[in-house]
Amino acid sequence: MFKNIGIIIGREYYQRVHRKSFIISTLLMPIVLVALMALPALIMIMAEPDNNRIAVIDRSGVVLPALAGNEEMTFVPTDLSLDSAKVSEDYDAVLAIGPDIITNPSNVQIYTHNAMSMPTSQVISQQIASAVESKRLEKYNIANLDKIMAEVKADVTLREFRLEDGEETESSSIASYAISLITMMILYMFILMYGQMVMTSIIEEKNNRVLEVVVSSVRPTALMMGKISGIGLVALTQMVIWGIIIYAFTAFGMPLLISDMSGGADMDAMAAIQSIGNVGYMMSIFAMMTLLMLLGYLFYASIYAAIGAAVDNIQDASQLQTFAIVPIIASLIFGMGACTDPNSAMSFWMSMIPLTSPMVMMARVPAGVPGWELALSLAILAVFTVLTIWLSAKIYRVGIFMYGKKPTPRDLIRWARYK
Amino acid sequence: MNILEADNIVKDYTGHRALDNVTVHVPEGSVYGLLGPNGAGKTTLIRIINHITAPDQGTVTFMGEPLTADSVAHIGYLPEERGLYKKMKVGDQAVFFARLKGLSTKDATTRLKDWFERLEISDWWDKKVEELSKGMAQKVQFIITVLHEPRLLIFDEPFSGFDPINANILKREILRLRDNGATVIFSTHNMSSVEELCDSITLINKSRNILSGSVEEVKQRYSDGNYRLTFNGDAGQLATAIEPFVNAWHGTDHDGELILSLKDNDARRPLIAAANDAVDLLGFESILPSMDNIFIQAVNSYKEPENA
Repeated sequence: MFKNIGIIIGREYYQRVHRKSFIISTLLMPIVLVALMALPALIMIMAEPDNNRIAVIDRSGVVLPALAGNEEMTFVPTDLSLDSAKVSEDYDAVLAIGPDIITNPSNVQIYTHNAMSMPTSQVISQQIASAVESKRLEKYNIANLDKIMAEVKADVTLREFRLEDGEETESSSIASYAISLITMMILYMFILMYGQMVMTSIIEEKNNRVLEVVVSSVRPTALMMGKISGIGLVALTQMVIWGIIIYAFTAFGMPLLISDMSGGADMDAMAAIQSIGNVGYMMSIFAMMTLLMLLGYLFYASIYAAIGAAVDNIQDASQLQTFAIVPIIASLIFGMGACTDPNSAMSFWMSMIPLTSPMVMMARVPAGVPGWELALSLAILAVFTVLTIWLSAKIYRVGIFMYGKKPTPRDLIRWARYK
Repeated sequence: MNILEADNIVKDYTGHRALDNVTVHVPEGSVYGLLGPNGAGKTTLIRIINHITAPDQGTVTFMGEPLTADSVAHIGYLPEERGLYKKMKVGDQAVFFARLKGLSTKDATTRLKDWFERLEISDWWDKKVEELSKGMAQKVQFIITVLHEPRLLIFDEPFSGFDPINANILKREILRLRDNGATVIFSTHNMSSVEELCDSITLINKSRNILSGSVEEVKQRYSDGNYRLTFNGDAGQLATAIEPFVNAWHGTDHDGELILSLKDNDARRPLIAAANDAVDLLGFESILPSMDNIFIQAVNSYKEPENA
């Protein structure tokens, strides 16, 4: 019954892999992706932040010596009055400190021409606060205050570890968030793109009647499975090529980047970059993505195949396509939620329900998912995939010979019931 | 011997019986016409023969054995609505279809080169189908249909879209295939090509087989028994001479021609002898109806049985 399926798969695969558009998109996408991943690191290395000149009118006389400029801002003492400093073109901002700042820490204002960025205003208020605090501390006349303060000072960087089968893996919630988002988006793209490719290709075959010739030598079910498998192999090829590129990048590219920026970068970013540079972790994510992509693709491609077989042209397909697009979009929305909160009840259930499970599970995987949940989700998805393929094959078999009338969902159910 | 026997085929679609107890026997090595108005059920029957759909009742025997999925390797089918993969190169496509029919890539390529040469289209090999004109694409599809040297060929309206020159090339090739041992089933509305090519026919109307037999036999059956006599000489003298054998005279527009019916079939020889004595006899022939007339007459006079 399936003796010619190999020839069908071969044609579907060969015809697509040879197209220029496939070759270009396969090579271009990882470059775009790598660029997206490396961009934050590169910006940290390369970027020359704007230096803001801030005029300081210190009427208390205690804060100014404590203000330390950085790459982003320079504090300049000024004798100008507040009003003339405000209109002066020399300054980007004016910081006015009240004379009673020690007793009244709220008596401080900053005037800027542009809105001040959150980090900048935080840095300034922290500096003023510590100046005020140290002045207040001085009143207690504690000996060796500077030494005590230096000893007391603590710099906290939270290192995160994930507990997995009794092993600890260093993790980064920022990195896993980013990876969740990216892998889920890739999955979304693959399922939608290749699923629709199955549909349009079936419509095209039906439309130009080549189907009639093919089904005289191949069973319709074998033809449908051949098409889905052939296009699936194309998707897999693309995925594997990307995997190799990502592997090369994480194994050889990331260490270079990390060594390049070991000085200066903050610990959060370092941890994130380190976990992206963790080859084993990245490859396990990649393996999971491939598995979910294949199952998710098979599931949706068979829905798309039934839709394609039911209609005569792409215009008629739009209404029936809702059956595939609505759950895919829902997956995207729930997946976004799962990226930020991978272990919520909503994320859990959505990663079990087969319509949304491929993408939502993908969003959860980078943050770590218990093995049994993964196995259960994959098992449910596999069972429903087989059911969907079986149902779609029944619709397909009838649909490909139906021309003219645009079928309603009720028609599809009737076709599925045919012996 | 019959290469194909479809017996008592019934096929129902929802609320509609596409074939009702249709029987078709196709003798091996013949060209068989499958005729009928649009929507009569021809395509459904062809699909059943191609093992694309299964009949609800009835049996199909092909080369002496029940039709199976493997049988289609010996069948070539050219559907009415032609279709090829537009983006695929002509050569690749032909090889693909040949492989589906069980040929190896190597065999398929050799045979294809041969066919392409014979139909003078060798330089199309690397063209994409979308670059071909409709007629060109039909030639390619014809080759694809016959390439695996099937024992049974099914052509659905093979000449539509062809200019007379290419249609003649096609007729030549079809007859050559038959001479090489293939059996051809023709589904068409073009009655002149039926008269030209077909040995036997079946006429399907409203899902039923209403007329079957060899073209000769069918024509005889629909003949009203009239004869045409052409001559040089005196019409009155002739009429007197053959009067005893004639049942009725029919009008004619031509001088030197008489149309008549005979009292009985034994009267032919004495009538010819009498006519030969009276005038210079040029011809005496039975007037057979054209397939066109038979088609129209059979379809129009057909009444559906009660309680259908």
